[in-house]
Amino acid sequence: MPSGANVETTVLGADEIILNMGPQHPSTHGVLRVKLRLDGEKVVGSECVIGYLHRGVEKIAEHRTYQQFAPYVDRMDYVAAVSNGLGYCEAVEKLLGVEAPPRARVIRTLLTELQRIASHVFWLGTHALDIGALTPLFYCLREREEILKIFEKYCGARLTTHAFRIGGLQYEAYDELEKDVERFCNDFGRRIDEYESLLTENRIWVGRTKGIGILNAADAIAMGVTGPVLRASGVEWDIRKAMPYAAYDQFDFSIPTRKNGDTYDRYLVRMEEMRQSLWICQQAIEKIPPGPIMGKVGKVLKPPPGEVYHSVEAPKGELGYYIVSDGTTQPYRVRIRPPSLINLEALDQMVRGHLVADVVAIIGTLDIVLGEVDR
Amino acid sequence: MANDSEEKQLPVPPQAEKPAAAGTPSPSEAAGKPTVPAAPAKPPAAAPPKPPAPPPAPKEGPVPLDNDLVKRYRARFGEAIREAWVDRKQAILVVAPELLLEISMYTRDEEKFGLLTDQTAVDFPKREKRFDLVLNLYSFAKNERLRIKALVGDGEQVPSVQGVWPTANWLEREVYDMFGIVFGGHPNLKRLLLPEEWQGFPLRKDYDILQQDEAWVRENLGIESGQ
Repeated sequence: MPSGANVETTVLGADEIILNMGPQHPSTHGVLRVKLRLDGEKVVGSECVIGYLHRGVEKIAEHRTYQQFAPYVDRMDYVAAVSNGLGYCEAVEKLLGVEAPPRARVIRTLLTELQRIASHVFWLGTHALDIGALTPLFYCLREREEILKIFEKYCGARLTTHAFRIGGLQYEAYDELEKDVERFCNDFGRRIDEYESLLTENRIWVGRTKGIGILNAADAIAMGVTGPVLRASGVEWDIRKAMPYAAYDQFDFSIPTRKNGDTYDRYLVRMEEMRQSLWICQQAIEKIPPGPIMGKVGKVLKPPPGEVYHSVEAPKGELGYYIVSDGTTQPYRVRIRPPSLINLEALDQMVRGHLVADVVAIIGTLDIVLGEVDR
Repeated sequence: MANDSEEKQLPVPPQAEKPAAAGTPSPSEAAGKPTVPAAPAKPPAAAPPKPPAPPPAPKEGPVPLDNDLVKRYRARFGEAIREAWVDRKQAILVVAPELLLEISMYTRDEEKFGLLTDQTAVDFPKREKRFDLVLNLYSFAKNERLRIKALVGDGEQVPSVQGVWPTANWLEREVYDMFGIVFGGHPNLKRLLLPEEWQGFPLRKDYDILQQDEAWVRENLGIESGQ
């Protein structure tokens, strides 16, 4: 069966069956349905059926003003709303030809990195749960709670934050922001080692993840995979370094990569990314510059006609916005390049030859959010 | 203001492959110092922060582009490269849809744009060829982006590029789903997000935001769509 084809198009072999996994399966992280073509318990082909959560976000955008659409993007990847908002605000700023002031950019970077930790830590908990390790989930949610509390103190919302505005920030950093972040960094920096000690050398964990769902670098690039999945295949590419945005050029951090491109390596890459994000947060609280938080942006936004593509390194991969303006207050077209959707496309290639139980591990390791896949 | 002065020096550096790369250096520089176009190498620290007097620089928006990259494409494909633009420092090539596959091969193999970041479309219903098919590309080797566009009419077939960049498989299915553009040579061209029997293409401009496929709703949900 060729990749990307319909699982039912070719005649089934005598030992083959089609098995539906999802859309109600607990390990599909939402409403993903995977049609598996099985030979015994071995996967010979698969096809994703998506769209159960499709809300037509791109169509809605054409009927809202630029500011009105901003909260909608938080509903795509709802475990990393801050990153979505950053990408959208910066894309519109690029379209307008304005820039957020330095103070706003550092605070944006700080919150986005906290969001990356929250997203990764949530991934770690649920991914471990899928594979059968129950314990990490409780600790991971405890850490995530700390970050959500910081968001709540900052802008009043925990999940769909709408933390940023086009042109800068609406809210000034609250008085204890630095102190809260510092306390979180101190605690989490110690605890992440403890979480690693639960899993990294755990025999069951290693057995369930090593050599599972291998994606080599050439295939990963051909499939358009980005983010930690690409870096675990040995491609050292991170938009924060390649095309710096927000205030990333002011901070020192490294891009963790691994060679094998299996589930275990993707786990290690994300663990290391959390440490790097922590390091960025620690640097950021030291040097939030004084100054205004809002750039010179009018109440009515009318970007000059034209178009722009802007992307950010979201926790899942490259999150891009392609916006076409016709000079009015409403975007003519907003295209969102969702990292989850495009990473999910590689699933078929990764599950072939593995067992059904490994499909669960591979869906988990891709770290998809169906709100973003379907939009 | 800041970007006006940026735009002005666009055609100046001859070594720059393509202005899209101008987004790559540190944003502190991109913060827009009023650099004199004759001396782009001037240290940014020396530049005073006061806003420059607005010169008659081009406004934000598409400007014709003619750099080395475009010249190479023109030399190779001639008339098939219809237009070349730069908009917000991003390079755009408008190509003939018939040659999209050949141009894609060349773009991947010779120009090293290995990553198809995104493929999408934009609908302009009043135009004779109503759709812009848009490919957003990225090159790891050059750290550059490039946008290739092809103008496609309603009902016309475009060659599928999924043989060049396998990731286009789902992206083309989504474009088909939302715009109804048909890709010739696609192995499994069916709707990606909407149900297969859905009627109409929602991201076309003549599909209203409140419009639904009422027959589908009635048949599958057993209710009147209420819109």
